Amino acid sequence: MSIELLTLIIGGLTIGAALMVVISKHPIRSVLFLIVTFFLISSLYILMNAQFLAIVNIIVYAGAIMVLFLFVLMLLNLNKESEPNTPKIVLISSVVASGILLLVLIAAFKDSIHLSHVHLPTEKNIGLVKNLGDLLFHKYIVPFEVSSILFIASMVGAILLAKREKPIID
Amino acid sequence: MDTGLLIEKIILATLLFVVSLGIAAYSTYFERKLAAWIQDRVGPDRAGPFGILQPIADGVKMFMKEDFTPTNADKWLFILGPGIAMFTALMTSAVVPWGTDVSLFGRTIALQVADVNIGILFIFGIISIGVYGIMIGGWASNNKYSRFGAIRASSQMISYELAMGISAITIIMMSGSLGLNDIVKAQHGMNWNIFYQPVCFIVFFVCALAETNRAPFDLPECESELIGGYHTEYSSMKLGLFLFAEYVGMFVSSAVIAILFFGGYNFPGMDSFSGNTLAILSVVAFFTKIFVLIFIFMWIRWTIPRFRFDQLMHLGWKVLIPLSIINMLLTGIVIAFNEGWIKF
Repeated sequence: MSIELLTLIIGGLTIGAALMVVISKHPIRSVLFLIVTFFLISSLYILMNAQFLAIVNIIVYAGAIMVLFLFVLMLLNLNKESEPNTPKIVLISSVVASGILLLVLIAAFKDSIHLSHVHLPTEKNIGLVKNLGDLLFHKYIVPFEVSSILFIASMVGAILLAKREKPIID
Repeated sequence: MDTGLLIEKIILATLLFVVSLGIAAYSTYFERKLAAWIQDRVGPDRAGPFGILQPIADGVKMFMKEDFTPTNADKWLFILGPGIAMFTALMTSAVVPWGTDVSLFGRTIALQVADVNIGILFIFGIISIGVYGIMIGGWASNNKYSRFGAIRASSQMISYELAMGISAITIIMMSGSLGLNDIVKAQHGMNWNIFYQPVCFIVFFVCALAETNRAPFDLPECESELIGGYHTEYSSMKLGLFLFAEYVGMFVSSAVIAILFFGGYNFPGMDSFSGNTLAILSVVAFFTKIFVLIFIFMWIRWTIPRFRFDQLMHLGWKVLIPLSIINMLLTGIVIAFNEGWIKF
């Protein structure tokens, strides 16, 4: 089986799973389909020989963030009764808005199909850990450090939010 | 594609599957015998000599029980839960190097199913998925005790994964590679990581206990509070899969600990052997280490009482994570001095 065919099959499955996230009636099922979507995206990364990216995608998104999603949903215990009543006008306007978004996206991607035929990396092992580390710590050192500062800032923010407020004493 | 390679990998994978299940089955027997020994009892001794056929009897019993699904359970997810638990427990062994190369029929066969260059990350990926089996199973049962168990399991696993990951990073820094094969090769002979990183070992071992839901961290299935935790509603072989997955997980995590800290298949004086003799001896050495670690896992279970849940969270977040971060920083500084990156 050729790589192109495999990519097409997995890509189709990914879109199918992503659609199921939206279509599913139950929020827990939606989250489970989202996890399936992450796995399929990771397998696309592996097809492009980016093993590190694939496994980090699984560890961070499927393994940590989605566990927290499931955790919260289980505590909320959503069902039919607790579903909020959305007025008709909101539904209609959201359909119109997403239709317009689709139009814009089609207009934007219309020409890009010709530009990027299958853009496979010229070097076979470009996605391996060693090369990735070299790139991150030499060529892209400044953006890398900036993003880590952003991470620290968000961590400090999260801790501040989670911290109990001290009672005010007059 | 190389047909020989395909055949040897299929044989190796099948062998691993059988060995993992066999060791898990006999772990249940040894666990009961060991508990009996620690508590001054006889233990199972009816099925066969010394009760050696007990795991088979247990297996048959599990299969013969009624397979029951609760009324309001989510049927598909109820089946999926134990399946995921077992699947993830078995997946991890794919990247473990079981011994040095064997030469057979003029071929050099590596005793490792897949030597991926992200080895240790692969294991962490699979561990992080492992929690879904318990979560989905516990939620789909539609029972409050199951759900409590599922929620406890997920919060426990998320908390302990962090300290485990950081202590693994320390080992990766020591060996300079993510591949398990390279980590093992860096500990040639008696040059094991445990002598350099005892703190890291303790943190990793405690986290491994928590990740496999073994006592004293078995709060997800804490029977004195939650009946059976996440597997309260399960019966027959679905329950069997959950219980079995725990033992397979114990076997695999012992293997990972042996690789990271006890030199994997290395043993002192291995240079005086070569070829297939070395391969056999290395496999024997590796399995000896694994069995000793499994013994320690069981020993702890029958010695130390269970934690309270707030103590568990306290230990995870306020003790193990700071300890592992400090250890990682110190290791980094020492490595930087040794390599001559920092000079006074």
